[in-house]
Amino acid sequence: MATISKPTVQHRPTSSEVTLRVNGVSHRLTVDHRTTVLDALREHLDHTGPKKGCDHGQCGACTVLVGGRRTNSCLLLAVAADGEEITTVEGLSDGEQPHPVQRAFLDHDGFQCGYCTPGQVCSAIGMLAEAADGHPSHVTPLPGTGSGAPPPGSPVPLTPAEIRERMSGNLCRCGAYPNIVAAIEEVAP
Amino acid sequence: MRPPETGAPLRRLEGQLKVTGSARYAVEYALPETAYAWPVPATVARGEVRAVHAADALAMPGALAVLSHENAPRLGPADDPILSVLQDPHVPHRGWYVALAVAETLEVARAMAAALQIDYAADAHDTVLTSGHPKLYEPEQANGGHPARRESGDFDGAYAASAVRVDATYTMEAEHNHPMEPHASTAHWVDGGLTVYDSNQGSTKVKQALAPLFGLRPEQVTVVAEHVGGGFGSKGTPRPQAVLAAMAARHVGRPVRLALPRAQLAGVVGHRAPTIQRLRIGADRQGRIDALAHEILTHTSTVKEFVEQAATPSRTMYTSPNSRTTHHVAALDVPSPSWMRAPGEAPGMYALESAMDELAVALDIDPIELRVRNDPAVEPDTGKPFSSRHLVECLREGARLFGWADRDPRPRSRREGRQLIGTGVASATYPVLVSPSTAEACTEPGGGYRVRINATDIGTGARTVLAQVAADALGVPVDHVLIDIGCSDLPAAPLAGGSSGTASWGWAVHRACRRLRALVEEAGGDEVPSTTLRAFADTAGEADAASDYARHAFGAHFAEVAVDADTGETRVRRLLGVFAAGHILNSRTGRSQFIGGMVMGLGMALLEGSTMDPVFGDFAERDLASYHVPSCADVPAVEAHWIDEDDRHLNPMGSKGIGEIGIVGTAAAIGNALHHATGVRLRELPMTPDRVLAHLG
Repeated sequence: MATISKPTVQHRPTSSEVTLRVNGVSHRLTVDHRTTVLDALREHLDHTGPKKGCDHGQCGACTVLVGGRRTNSCLLLAVAADGEEITTVEGLSDGEQPHPVQRAFLDHDGFQCGYCTPGQVCSAIGMLAEAADGHPSHVTPLPGTGSGAPPPGSPVPLTPAEIRERMSGNLCRCGAYPNIVAAIEEVAP
Repeated sequence: MRPPETGAPLRRLEGQLKVTGSARYAVEYALPETAYAWPVPATVARGEVRAVHAADALAMPGALAVLSHENAPRLGPADDPILSVLQDPHVPHRGWYVALAVAETLEVARAMAAALQIDYAADAHDTVLTSGHPKLYEPEQANGGHPARRESGDFDGAYAASAVRVDATYTMEAEHNHPMEPHASTAHWVDGGLTVYDSNQGSTKVKQALAPLFGLRPEQVTVVAEHVGGGFGSKGTPRPQAVLAAMAARHVGRPVRLALPRAQLAGVVGHRAPTIQRLRIGADRQGRIDALAHEILTHTSTVKEFVEQAATPSRTMYTSPNSRTTHHVAALDVPSPSWMRAPGEAPGMYALESAMDELAVALDIDPIELRVRNDPAVEPDTGKPFSSRHLVECLREGARLFGWADRDPRPRSRREGRQLIGTGVASATYPVLVSPSTAEACTEPGGGYRVRINATDIGTGARTVLAQVAADALGVPVDHVLIDIGCSDLPAAPLAGGSSGTASWGWAVHRACRRLRALVEEAGGDEVPSTTLRAFADTAGEADAASDYARHAFGAHFAEVAVDADTGETRVRRLLGVFAAGHILNSRTGRSQFIGGMVMGLGMALLEGSTMDPVFGDFAERDLASYHVPSCADVPAVEAHWIDEDDRHLNPMGSKGIGEIGIVGTAAAIGNALHHATGVRLRELPMTPDRVLAHLG
């Protein structure tokens, strides 16, 4: 380990107050400036649905929806999310009724150990909205390249190849991918 | 009559908890005043810690403690030396834990760990396995208690006299398990007793390890593993996080959460050791094998001897009257290798099944036909009859489902633009392992039944399948059964590993439930009894009794690949497996297990490898951006099928275990398909684009 010199004397505050709206409930928190949204959720608010698999934005287990868009919550500092509307896997059910994506994961056995599942489910919901909004992916045929290319801005049909590509930010070491794709195909328009 | 519950595609009992984020894993139990710990790995590969300068770290607001060998509590004796953490200044490998920072918050603990200044006296290190390494020796045993060497007949003479010979050496880098949940513990001391919420594959064993380390009686320790985010072998034995968390919690007098950072896992939770495997097969012109040698070179650490038993499948698979199977190992200054999904079989069958394909090519015989011609009547090594062996049926059925008959066997015979297309086949095998277990079953006051057993569900579906086993043994629908698992206060049970969990636990659950059913019938039958009836089972002496049969699961893998002739990138288009693994107890979760194993096999073939950095003496890949596990886009159509076997020589459920066989042989099938596509025989895993491209002229 490299020699670390004495930390510089800190004159500026190292924590701040933020408001996070999580699953429709506002939380006023004092957070260390180094605290990520993931750690704020898990360690401050006991929302342990979002998981920490790598803490580096490489596995997707921490995926939540921020303002409706899927986000790696381990890469987002809590102080940068002040006032944001955050939806975690715990906030998707309608009372006792699971979200259709959650239902489809159950029906297709789209998980084994369950650790990546909250991220997969949130990511799938975010991904469905992106495709509906016409966001292309790496495998979306380019406009003007012939059959299958959707007009710009129109919904992208979610073929299995589109689903696999768009869900590749969420790793599953149990290898449930075929079942995850089947689950998402069922709820895709 | 009601259809049996076993075999039905019952949904996972904890599924709702997992998809809603309500299932709690090891560092997700809210305890008041919880502190956080962050471990510090050694930055030298061999040497001693001279000094730990902790003043800067301890000066940070929120700092609670820095533990190192200088001040950490002394531990009692450890069965596994990897658990003797912070006890002495010796550094046996890079990544070995030398200190632990403890703080009020995660952020402060991490900053403290970074601020620690540790002085080392570093020695020269030796970390790279080579085929001529002077430290290679022949151990007495390989992992699993297998003899390191077996010989029968006269291999050298028979091989020299064979009409057709294959002599090929296959190399594999180390691999890492990387379950999605890093190894993690929350430790909590109350009234001198210790409770640890720990991510492991068997908390009975963790409890048995922790008690003597901390000078406790076993009943003073409770280890909870209710939900576990995967293990794949790396959580099969107790790991340092449980010891460190308990140590820290005792030191600061508060509960402590400790989740190992992903970047540290490569050094402390085991890996599949690299192997250099030489295969020699001699056969006659009809393809009948007369001589077979499978010789393994591998590494272990200086901390403990762990010898990947990669030659063992060659003792079971094919007719081989003159055979030699050996293991040699070198104890290097490397992290300790350990179990990774199908230890032995996964690397060993990669080599054997690749060599079989080479032999088929040399003989110009269909690779399925070659395997059929060498299907033995009895297990070659032991001479025992097989309890059941349907390898040939798996190959035939797989060939039919995959469309093998249409295949043009000539390499490089299919091309689609830049893509060279090929198909390949390989066999799979995994032994039937089973351990004694205890279990308890009782009636519930309001009706129904409860089963208690310290089984662990690491994603296999154990909880669900045990409820099915219990229901059938009790003669009731599965929704009449409650099942408690995942806590060491429950009746003791072995670990989830070696594809043995369901067989071991299910046997005890079956026995306990049958006894309870008899008690209920004695007490008047179906009415809810007024008092709780209770039955206990211990399968010691029964489950571990020697068998007169060779008991193994078998399977066949088929793969189709597309190799980009310009970039060398190999993409799998199709994987199809057919397995014969006894009676499949849950067709939904069973299929998922097979598919999951095949996906990990795809990773083994094309993506996964940990490179030994000779300068730093450690694995270079330290995160999921550099250690590539398969992603969704890597995994195409994967199909798993099975032949339901009726084998009376196994256990009351007739099951063989399915957690590992899916990975066995997959890499060979993909490599054989790559050869068919390109004409290139790589003999090196993973088959990354750079390696493939070097051979594509």
